[in-house]
Amino acid sequence: MLTPSNARTKSEADRLFAAFVAAGAEPVEAAALQPAETLLDLYGEDIRARAYVTHDPLVGEMMLRPDFTVPVVQMHMHNGAEPARYTYQGPVWRKQPTERDRAREYLQVGFELFDRSNPAKADAEVFSLFSRVLQHLNLRAASGDMGILMAAIEGLDTMEQRKAALKRHIWRPQRFRQLLDRFGGQSPVPDTRQALLVAAEKTPVADLCAAAGQHVGLRSISDVSARVATLVDDARTPPISAEQVNLLEDILNIREKSPAALAHLRALACDMPPLTPALDKMEARLDAMSARQIDVDALDFEASYGRTTMEYYDGFVFGFFAETRDDLPLIASGGRYDAMTAVLGRGRSIPAVGGVIRPAAIASLLEAL
Amino acid sequence: MTIKLGIPSKGRLQDKTFEWFQARGVTLQRSDSTREYAGSVKGMEGIDLVLLSAGEIPQELAAGRIHLGVTGTDLIHERIVRWQDRVEILGLMGFGHADLVVAVPKTWVDVETLDDLDAAAAQFRARHGFRLRIATKYHNLVRDFLRAHGVADYQLVDSQGATEGTVKNLTAEAIADITSTGDTLEANHLKVLSDGLIHQSQAALVASVSAEPSTAERATLTTLLDRLGLPMRTTSEGSAC
Repeated sequence: MLTPSNARTKSEADRLFAAFVAAGAEPVEAAALQPAETLLDLYGEDIRARAYVTHDPLVGEMMLRPDFTVPVVQMHMHNGAEPARYTYQGPVWRKQPTERDRAREYLQVGFELFDRSNPAKADAEVFSLFSRVLQHLNLRAASGDMGILMAAIEGLDTMEQRKAALKRHIWRPQRFRQLLDRFGGQSPVPDTRQALLVAAEKTPVADLCAAAGQHVGLRSISDVSARVATLVDDARTPPISAEQVNLLEDILNIREKSPAALAHLRALACDMPPLTPALDKMEARLDAMSARQIDVDALDFEASYGRTTMEYYDGFVFGFFAETRDDLPLIASGGRYDAMTAVLGRGRSIPAVGGVIRPAAIASLLEAL
Repeated sequence: MTIKLGIPSKGRLQDKTFEWFQARGVTLQRSDSTREYAGSVKGMEGIDLVLLSAGEIPQELAAGRIHLGVTGTDLIHERIVRWQDRVEILGLMGFGHADLVVAVPKTWVDVETLDDLDAAAAQFRARHGFRLRIATKYHNLVRDFLRAHGVADYQLVDSQGATEGTVKNLTAEAIADITSTGDTLEANHLKVLSDGLIHQSQAALVASVSAEPSTAERATLTTLLDRLGLPMRTTSEGSAC
């Protein structure tokens, strides 16, 4: 039986779905049960704490669909021609281990765009579509750009392994901080590391391993040697300068309206020229948004927006919030996820941008009006 | 009605539990048929012993089907989500000590800390094409611990026993398991990370928050805890025993 609230949610979902179809999207569906392996490989162990895992006697671990993005990307890679626009609606399931009152099953309506010709225009198309279907709700929109953060890390004047470690942990702010302190020479080298470096000066790594005991396991002595070589390199590399650490922190802390944020970033790029291509992309996106009648002067830009989501988005990111309703989850969210399609496509990258809306959150907003 | 006290159904843990209560002047006794998984407290009416697998005692406490139970704190933490809200640890019993630790092969001379483990996991995934596998039966404790310490690029693989052997058998690269003396780790060529202690476990007397005792049961519980020299519980009105 439909309660009034369920009926409102359903009609809201239908409205959004119809709007996405009218915007040129092809309706698609996805199985509720998804193979766990793909999702685990993509998201890591944390997904287990967030998705319902079940077991099939023959196929093994399956997950109740925690989102549509992965199956839609897979479907597109199988038989999609570009450019392509897809829309879907249906329930997703997420564990809520600490919040008894949060929904475990809720509707999502989504839109995904696969188009490699002009990323700025594609980003603007998705954002303006979401703005348009949510316009009457007076939501606050926030945006960010993971690509700028990646470019800032890439622009650091230091060894590749340090940059890779920082990029890998950009989604874990605390661990990122710890690594930045280490690489910036602010925290001491652990004693165990120091002892290893001293030992490795005199003794080949293979001999150190042999002296430590019998070797077991798949991680080989050559893996160990390779990492020790990296550690030796790291010890010989000067720390990242305080100026560069400060610059990176300034970038991470930017929270301004989009044009001011861009100007601020342009100024910072004087000290870090490799940032410029990422800023050119941001400028092109803002231009493309303006061309679609988005008031970019009013659009919040938060450089660190997207850092606390799952490792997923790697470019433009956005979210829509009901500012007066702290009790509601994010009404809509989305972004660009080129890196994820590269992983799913085994190196074949398919530039993609998209987002989802939670009709139940809109329904409870409307009910309160 | 009676207070239900869940105790381990066999082995050293049961013997030690009986001794612990005895030392505090409370004699637990199994029913006449030693095959029956039941018993009582000598000289005290209104308490039933329920003999359970130690691993099932946490879920029975969480569900409120037993009022009190004896089990390891590792199992309380692992098996009861938000255990702080759902059970109360009345007393640590001083036996059944074991440490839940992260261990890796001794020949990993480059890995001594969780920071190293994270870097090794990234390297392993890049070189071998899949996430570094950590074998354990303590999925929740291990996942929470590794997340809190920023370790990524690993996966947990389930191992319900002989976990130390999984590395040699090539079904895992590292393990997280209970150790008391470290002898089994040593024999399987593994070492504990210097900051790899996840939890120090021991047996505990634990009360359910959701098992709501009647007035008579509450009186029995008070008498028992009094004889054991344990403080009365301070949980919220209505659910308090």
